[in-house]
Amino acid sequence: MTVFAEAHTGAVQRRLLADGDHGPLPTPDAAQLVGMARDAGLTGRGGSGFPLWRKLNAVIASGRPPVIIANGAEGEPASGKDKALLAYQPHLVLDGLQLVARAARASTAHLYVPRPSALRAVLAARRDPIPVTLVAAPDAFVSGEESAVASAVAGRGAVPADKLTRLPDTGTLVQNVETLAHLAMIARYGAGWFRAAGTYDEPGTFLATVSGAVAAPGVLEAGYGVTLGSLIAAAGGPAGALSAVLVGGYHGAWVPADPELPISRAALAPFGASPGAGVVMALPSGACGLTENARIAGCLAGQSAGQCGPCVNGLPRLAATLADLAAFRSRPGLPAEVDRLTRLVTGRGACRHPDGTARLIASAMRAFSADVAAHLSGRCLATSGRFLTTEARA
Amino acid sequence: MTRLHIDWTACDGRGLCAELLPELLAEDDWGFPIARDGSPSPAVPGPLEPAAQRAVDRCPALALRLLRDTR
Ligand SMILES: Cc1cc2nc3c(=O)[nH]c(=O)nc-3n(C[C@H](O)[C@H](O)[C@H](O)COP(=O)(O)O)c2cc1C
Ligand code: SF4
Ligand code: SF4
Repeated sequence: MTVFAEAHTGAVQRRLLADGDHGPLPTPDAAQLVGMARDAGLTGRGGSGFPLWRKLNAVIASGRPPVIIANGAEGEPASGKDKALLAYQPHLVLDGLQLVARAARASTAHLYVPRPSALRAVLAARRDPIPVTLVAAPDAFVSGEESAVASAVAGRGAVPADKLTRLPDTGTLVQNVETLAHLAMIARYGAGWFRAAGTYDEPGTFLATVSGAVAAPGVLEAGYGVTLGSLIAAAGGPAGALSAVLVGGYHGAWVPADPELPISRAALAPFGASPGAGVVMALPSGACGLTENARIAGCLAGQSAGQCGPCVNGLPRLAATLADLAAFRSRPGLPAEVDRLTRLVTGRGACRHPDGTARLIASAMRAFSADVAAHLSGRCLATSGRFLTTEARA
Repeated sequence: MTRLHIDWTACDGRGLCAELLPELLAEDDWGFPIARDGSPSPAVPGPLEPAAQRAVDRCPALALRLLRDTR
C-alpha cells in the first residue's frame, strides 16, 4: 500500500480501489474507533454526509440492543459505486462492518445488498468474530433509505417509516458500504493518512460514478475538492460539448459544466448541490436539459413508496407539469406552478424522497432557465434553437 | 416548545385536523394537512395546545402527535 503525500486538494487517485490486500485488521476499542473516525473527519458516503462518529456514539449511548447494518442497496439509478466496491474490495466493507459491530457490542451484523448470493462465498471465506447475515435489498429507489433498510432487516417490507426519534437513538446504525470501507482504511493507516486526501474541511476520498456524455463512463475515486474537469478527464474526457452536469444523484442538483468547479460541499452549496453519493452525469449540448429533467422526475415520481399523501400526489403532479414543459405544452404560470409544487412536497413525507426530488427539480429550473424561456415560446435551445412546427408542438 | 408531528404514512387526508385547528393547519391540493407557517412540524403556541390535543385525539388514523421539548 502506497502512502500518498499529496497536497490538500482533491485529485483522482486510488485508495479504496487500489489493488491488493490490506493485511490484518486492528482491533480498536469503541472509544478509539470513535476517536479515529472523528479525527479523520469521516462522513457518510450514502448521500447525507453525516459524521460517522456521531451516529456510532449515539448507538453506543442508546443502551438499546444494537442493530448494525451495512447499506449496499444503491437504489440510485445513476450510481454504480457501491456495486463496484463490493465486487472489487468486499473485504474492506466487511472489515468496517466488524469494526462498528464490535464497538457497539453487537452479536450479529447485517449486510444489505441487492444480490446477496454474490457475497456468500466471500463471507464464508472469512473468519469474522461477529457473524454477518445477508439481507436482500429490493430493487427500488427508496429501499436504501435508512428506515426502509432497518425495516427490511427486521423482516418487514423495505419501506420508510415515520421518524419520531432518530434511528441511532434506537440502537440502529445504518452506514453506507463505502463509509465502512473508509473506516477499515482509517483503522489501518490512521486519521492523518486519511486526511492527506481531500480538503481540510472535507477530508478523504470518495467514489464517483461518472456517466452520460463521457468517453469512458465508470467508477472512479478522488479526493473531495477534485475539479469536475479532472473527474471527467479521468472518465475518458467529454464526448463532445457539455451543457450541464448532474451532481450527487437523482436527489442531487444540476450545475454548470465548468471544468474548474470543485466537487465539495463548500463549492457546490451555491448551486444547492452537494457531492451526495458521488454521482456525476454529464449532459451533452445536443440534449435538452428539460427533457432529461422530466424523465428523471417521472422516474422519481414512480419510485414513491406510496405511503404519504403529499409525495404520492405531489410527485406525479410535478412530473406531469415538467413533461408538459419539456413537450412545449406551455400554459401561463407553469414555472410558478413548478415552484409552488416543489415547496408543497418538501418536508412532507416519512422520508426525504420528496425533498430530494424537489431539490433536483428546483435546480433544473435554475440551471436551464434559458431553456425554460425558450420552451414556453415553443423553441428548444438544445435542438439548435430552431422553431418547432405546430405539429411537433401538439 | 410543543410541535405538531404528522405521521405521513398513517394520515389518510380527510382534513379533519384542518377543521379542528384552522389557526395552524390548512388543506393542501389533495386534502392533506399543511402547516400555515410552512414548516413540516409546526410549533403549537400555548393557547392553541388544547385545540391541538383535541385534533390529536380525534384523528381517525392516529397520525398526529404533540412533541414536547424534543428537537
Ligand atoms: C429515498 C432515499 C434513498 C436512499 N438510498 C440509499 C442507498 O441506496 N444507499 C445508501 O447508502 N444510502 C441511501 N440513502 C441514505 C440513507 O438514508 C442513509 O442516510 C445512509 O445509508 C447512511 O449511511 P452513511 O451515513 O454512511 O451515508 C437514501 C436516502 C433516501 C431519502
Ligand atoms: S415520502 Fe414518499 S417515498 Fe418516502 S415513505 Fe413517504 S411515500 Fe414513500
Ligand atoms: S385528521 Fe389525521 S388522518 Fe385526517 S387529515 Fe388530519 S392527520 Fe390526516
